[in-house]
Amino acid sequence: MRKLSRLRRRKITAPALLLLALVIVGNAYAFIGATVTTPGATASNARSTMVTEGREIFLRGCSSCHGLNAEGGGVAPSLVGVGAASVDFQVGTGRMPMADMSVQAIRKPSRYTAAETAALAEYVASLAPGPAIPGAAQLTFERDGNTAEGGELFRTNCAMCHNAAGQGGALTQGKQAPSLMGVEPRHIYEAMITGPQSMPVFGDKAITPQEKLSIIKWIKSVENEKGLGGASLGKVGPVTEGLMGWVGGIGLLIAISVWLATKSR
Amino acid sequence: MKPARERVAGSVANFVDERVGAAKFLKKNLNKVFPDHWSFMLGEIALYSFIILLLSGTFLTFWFVPSQEELIYNGSYVPLKGIQMSAAYASTLDISFDIRGGMLMRQVHHWAALLFLAAMVAHLMRVFFTGAFRKPRELNWILGVGLLTLGIVEGFLGYSLPDDLLSGTGIRIAEAILQAIPVVGTYAAFFAFGGAFPGLVFIPRIYTVHVLLIPGIILGLITVHLMLVWYQKHTQYPGPGRTEKNVVGYPLMPVYMAKAGGFFFIVFGVTAFLGAVASINPIWVFGPYTPTQISAGSQPDWYMGWLDGLVRMSPPLESYIFNHTISWNILIPGLIVPGIMFTGMALWPFIEAWATGDKREHNLLDRPRNAPTRTAVGVMSLTFTVVALINGGNDIIATHFSFTINQIMWATRISIFVLPPLSYVITKRICLALQRADRDLVLHGRETGRLVMLPHGEFVEIHEELSPEEAWTRTSHEQLAPIPAAGIDANGVRANGVLKDRIRARISKGILQEQIAKPTAKEKLELGDGHH
Ligand code: HEC
Ligand code: HEC
Ligand code: HEM
Repeated sequence: MRKLSRLRRRKITAPALLLLALVIVGNAYAFIGATVTTPGATASNARSTMVTEGREIFLRGCSSCHGLNAEGGGVAPSLVGVGAASVDFQVGTGRMPMADMSVQAIRKPSRYTAAETAALAEYVASLAPGPAIPGAAQLTFERDGNTAEGGELFRTNCAMCHNAAGQGGALTQGKQAPSLMGVEPRHIYEAMITGPQSMPVFGDKAITPQEKLSIIKWIKSVENEKGLGGASLGKVGPVTEGLMGWVGGIGLLIAISVWLATKSR
Repeated sequence: MKPARERVAGSVANFVDERVGAAKFLKKNLNKVFPDHWSFMLGEIALYSFIILLLSGTFLTFWFVPSQEELIYNGSYVPLKGIQMSAAYASTLDISFDIRGGMLMRQVHHWAALLFLAAMVAHLMRVFFTGAFRKPRELNWILGVGLLTLGIVEGFLGYSLPDDLLSGTGIRIAEAILQAIPVVGTYAAFFAFGGAFPGLVFIPRIYTVHVLLIPGIILGLITVHLMLVWYQKHTQYPGPGRTEKNVVGYPLMPVYMAKAGGFFFIVFGVTAFLGAVASINPIWVFGPYTPTQISAGSQPDWYMGWLDGLVRMSPPLESYIFNHTISWNILIPGLIVPGIMFTGMALWPFIEAWATGDKREHNLLDRPRNAPTRTAVGVMSLTFTVVALINGGNDIIATHFSFTINQIMWATRISIFVLPPLSYVITKRICLALQRADRDLVLHGRETGRLVMLPHGEFVEIHEELSPEEAWTRTSHEQLAPIPAAGIDANGVRANGVLKDRIRARISKGILQEQIAKPTAKEKLELGDGHH
């Protein structure tokens, strides 16, 4: 028993530690890289290993579209200056690598581990400065967010695409603003600072970091809201309600009428 | 000698009766007979859901505050705490979260509204497809169209009252439609909103209209509607023993009344169940109305959805005449098309009587297959409305069935012109096929699937004769001949209005010529018994 658990621990510890180190270092670098420009010697070393690693992964999985030096190609944009946040969002939500060249890269299970994603982000960030990945210290929405304020900001800035309840909506030309239910707080934050595809960028002047936390808190409160007033019917409004009224309401009553009329004969 | 109490009661009754003649009236009317068929209960569903609307609506008026004055919300729904909103929206939140039974009542009221409208539409379809609107019931049909129109307006005003983001968007569209009326539009909108949109008076105004004016008119119209049904007696489906002159069914007292009472509770039960388990119009999700905000996937209730769908599919068309912009893209789908549809619907009994030349009274209903043109026109109109309704939900369909909005819009733009005529033709063919099937059934009986080998080795299937009742139901309808065109009279003088007559003869030919002749007794005799 003990042996087994020790073995398991040993099997897992090495990659886990590596992963942890990578994430911490990656975040630290991104944080420092975006603010101060003189990283210490050790950080610099770790950074360069990650960049090399990231570059390798990039060459294998991304360069066919984005070019050998991420300079962009005929099919995909240049990634120079998009920042670590953009890569973390695109790869972390499974959008990249793009599966098919449809109108929009869709969300799917991520193909890369957290460590590989961090390395990729590191590599792209090394090309030119850009928005950094928000660290745990930044994502204190539970403490610093205000749900009601977040809802107000969301209705003003996001509801026209994502629907007032964050359930997603259709845009023109077959594009969609996806439902925001179940999206990780970090990815919500990154979406706002990088503006994927048809979504605009919401810089810190338009929506302050604190307000961003409020928005995240509101989205999470909608997500966790228990069906007030009964089954929610998908929270998409009158379409499902009308369907229900005809099928579960009138349809049921007609069925009862038919039954009553046959009964009475 | 009767006990004193009874004697007093008797003399009071007598006193009243001698003055108002109630006994004779009641005796005559309680003996009225109502026929029984499930489709005759659709009107009742509408009636009962209206009663439920009145009851639940009265409850809501105790707490709803019809005011657009702004305040800071401080109720128990945390995600909106501290937000500025109108008193109307705040009070609706209070009804939902802070008043006992309020959420249930709100949901019952809204579900009952959907049922009311759906029941009216279903009832209308039954009346239309069976020809119940024919003389002498044209007036009641027109009342019905009026009720449906009022019901739609009432529903729209109702869901506009809470002043949430969704309904505010709807009012904005209504304002645009109002403004699109040439010349007077801008003034009409200015008048309705007491100034610029959204203003402060609109909610209080529509509140009065929603809780007092329209329900009052609907109640009055329903009363007249039911009195007419009473007075003209109910129609009945054709069948043995049923003629244009009699009514076969149950006496009003006690059988019909007892059944109707029971049915009320069934309708009430279904509505209450929906209100208890299924959320409807969750205004807290949409947030308070602010003109600068809008939500993706905004839809009206279904009975307005087809209008919204028409507006959404119309291409941007505007012209500029005499300093006035005419927005055809709103005017045509928002006012002209529904105007034509509702006017045509109201006038249909007269159009049909004119076209077929049938001006007689009818108390026997048509089986829809025996009036193929009418049935086809009905299905065509329904198809049109449903296509429009689908486009009304285009964004929801797009996100949930992975189409693009543009695909759905173009599909419905084309379908709205192609599918109605197509459904007309198909329906007519189906009706004629059913007529033919009826004819075969009457002439040759029902196939039994039993094979018999004749002595010389031939196999024949045994056909079972229809019962006389079944045969009667399939053959009792009359088949009118097309009206001949009145042309030149015996003296060679052209009659007045020849063109009109000719048009009518054409139309009547279109309606009446294509019928499968029903079997005559002679044909039946010639065929002999059972097999062929
Ligand atoms: C099949 C081609 C394809 C592959 C493979 C691919 N991408 Fe992309 N990528 C695209 C296209 C196309 C876009 C532009 C999407 C848009 O904005 O509509 C894009 C956009 C991006 C963006 C957003 C750029 C911005 O402006 O913010 C990032 C980041 C990105 N890709 C990273 C990657 C990474 C990392 C990989 C490898 C794991 C990868 N991509 C693989 C096609 C591809
Ligand atoms: C103009 C329309 C538009 C607006 C406004 C908009 N978004 Fe988006 N949003 C999009 C689109 C389109 C996507 C999908 C991008 C993609 O697939 O790469 C998206 C994606 C996202 C995602 C990623 C969801 C996922 O499934 O991974 C998040 C999170 C997000 N948006 C949040 C927001 C927030 C918060 C706001 C308001 C501050 C906002 N958006 C405003 C259009 C919009
Ligand atoms: C407020 C909504 C309405 C209520 C409460 C209502 C109620 C009723 C009831 C209870 C009946 C008798 C039973 C029946 O045939 O179903 C009836 C008959 C009738 N209704 Fe309505 N109805 C409403 C709306 C309409 C509409 C929208 C129309 C058509 C446009 C219509 C047209 C008629 C006609 C023509 C009859 C006589 C039918 C017959 O005797 O066969 N009604 N109505």
